[in-house]
Amino acid sequence: MVVPLIAAPLMVLLRHGGFAWLLATVASWSSLAVSAALLGEVAGGGVISYAVGSWAPPWGIEYRIDSVNAFLLVLVSLIASVVVIYCRDSVEAEVAPEQHYLFYTMYVLCLAGLLGIAATGDGFNLFVFLEISSLSSYVLIALGRDRRALMASYQYLIMGTIGATFIVIGVGLLFLMTGTLNLADMATRLPGVTDTRPVLAALAFLTVGISLKLALFPLHLWLPNAYAYAPSAVTAFLAATATKVSVYVLLRFYYSVFGESAIFSALPMGEILLMLSLAAMFIASIVAIFQQDIKRLFAYSSVAQIGYITLGVSLDNMTGLTGGIVHLFNHALTKGALFLLLGGIALRVGAVRFDAIGGIGRVMPLTSFGIVIGGLSLIGVPGTVGFVSKWYLVLAAFEVGAWWLAALIVLSSLLAVIYVWRFVEVAYFREPGAAVAKLREAPLSMLATSWLMVAACVYFGLDASLTVGGAAQAAAELLGSGR
Amino acid sequence: MTAVANHFSYWATLFIAIAGLYIVIARGNLVKKLVGLAIFQTSVYLLYIAPGKLIGGTAPIIADGFAVYSNPLPHVLILTAIVVGIATLALGLAIVVRIKEAYGSTEEDEILAQDQATLDPLSETKT
Repeated sequence: MVVPLIAAPLMVLLRHGGFAWLLATVASWSSLAVSAALLGEVAGGGVISYAVGSWAPPWGIEYRIDSVNAFLLVLVSLIASVVVIYCRDSVEAEVAPEQHYLFYTMYVLCLAGLLGIAATGDGFNLFVFLEISSLSSYVLIALGRDRRALMASYQYLIMGTIGATFIVIGVGLLFLMTGTLNLADMATRLPGVTDTRPVLAALAFLTVGISLKLALFPLHLWLPNAYAYAPSAVTAFLAATATKVSVYVLLRFYYSVFGESAIFSALPMGEILLMLSLAAMFIASIVAIFQQDIKRLFAYSSVAQIGYITLGVSLDNMTGLTGGIVHLFNHALTKGALFLLLGGIALRVGAVRFDAIGGIGRVMPLTSFGIVIGGLSLIGVPGTVGFVSKWYLVLAAFEVGAWWLAALIVLSSLLAVIYVWRFVEVAYFREPGAAVAKLREAPLSMLATSWLMVAACVYFGLDASLTVGGAAQAAAELLGSGR
Repeated sequence: MTAVANHFSYWATLFIAIAGLYIVIARGNLVKKLVGLAIFQTSVYLLYIAPGKLIGGTAPIIADGFAVYSNPLPHVLILTAIVVGIATLALGLAIVVRIKEAYGSTEEDEILAQDQATLDPLSETKT
């Protein structure tokens, strides 16, 4: 995590696009190596604690890695490493040359922030990293070519800051009640004051704040525009990581700090989350069906998919939580792949509206086929990652005896069939227009990285032992730490 | 009445927070929205700082004759939060400047109307 943080100012000093890219690549790949090593370390269920500045926790800031956030660290740095290679050609086309080094600076800062959120064990430190990643992502979004990107970025800034401020208020109230900011320490002190009103208020503030960040259904308004108008590489990176990290924060506060019993037994949080998740799955999917812009379509589909993740969380059993965490990983892969491929189309066509890409399946076969596979994964067809996570979610629904819920999960997947089919129809069954017929495939670096993600979608769909194993252990850790 | 007086700082915090949020929601001007956001963030500073002070407490330096100390931690935290708030405000204003350059306006409804205007002819020609 320190690596990208050091790399960022270096890039500003050097002010050179190509060099900054090299540095960003080195930074993200080394983060990936460190994260993978960390995951290996904690795989046995251990906890690594690092006291920043040698101030012993709970007084100093503590970085605390267990199997939950090690899993997430690997996910975030993996996506970052893949996307950064993709960036080279994509950013070349979409961002003004003199801003290249700034783009990579922001990219690395955003990565540092996201990794920091995942690694930290300190409530206030979490807010600071959250703001580091958010501020840099506002800038990244504003770099989009379209002037609407500015408005999208502004709206995201307003909503994101309100969300972050809600989180600070929540953390502040908890701090007042427990006298500590260390999350693990807070968890041991909370039971004494669980039923007091400030703690309940803190829970409410945290829930709303984090939900804003993770775009849970009624609070998702910033997401579609931000994703649609940001540069392609940014969309892929943010869609695959930013909301996922927020889900982790939610999990951390719900299970590790407040404890499962306080959240799900004493309060109707599970039911509330469940209803919102279902609303997200259906309403966002239906809205997605009517979109003209494919990036917006998949952005709305992201909102729906986040619904599946929170659905897994709300069920509050081992299988559901595993399903939620697996889906977190799988959806990151799928959406990452989809947005990367769309970036290829955006590069060649200039727009990703349905009416501009008729017949694209014939001139860009690899890209289109990749999108179809990604789409199948969104639907949850066996053999793709989407199937694995939905399988677990359905199992979890049966486990709590809610067969109607399982039916709803399958039903909402059918909605995904409709919007994926729209792409298939336009891409394959329409004659290519004169403008489309001249196009070539996307450049190799973009195509290769996109397909790497697509291949990962299929691979982890066929052999889920790694992801499900990691997620199951993370779920066990979270449920175990709940009192 | 004493309930209000005893928790004066909380009432103040609440008032500032709601006033700030109200400005963010109700104002159409992008700059004014940012000002509202800054006010909202300020309320959080107060939320942290006020309870840190103990009546009769001194600065937390060990010295003879002083047994009650105020908690210094909130000040440190809020110093950080203020920096974050400034960064947010600066970035927000920078984006507003660029919006003004791109659209020639900082009123939200005018900008949305412009977007609508550029969007509609497109969709009409295509259908």
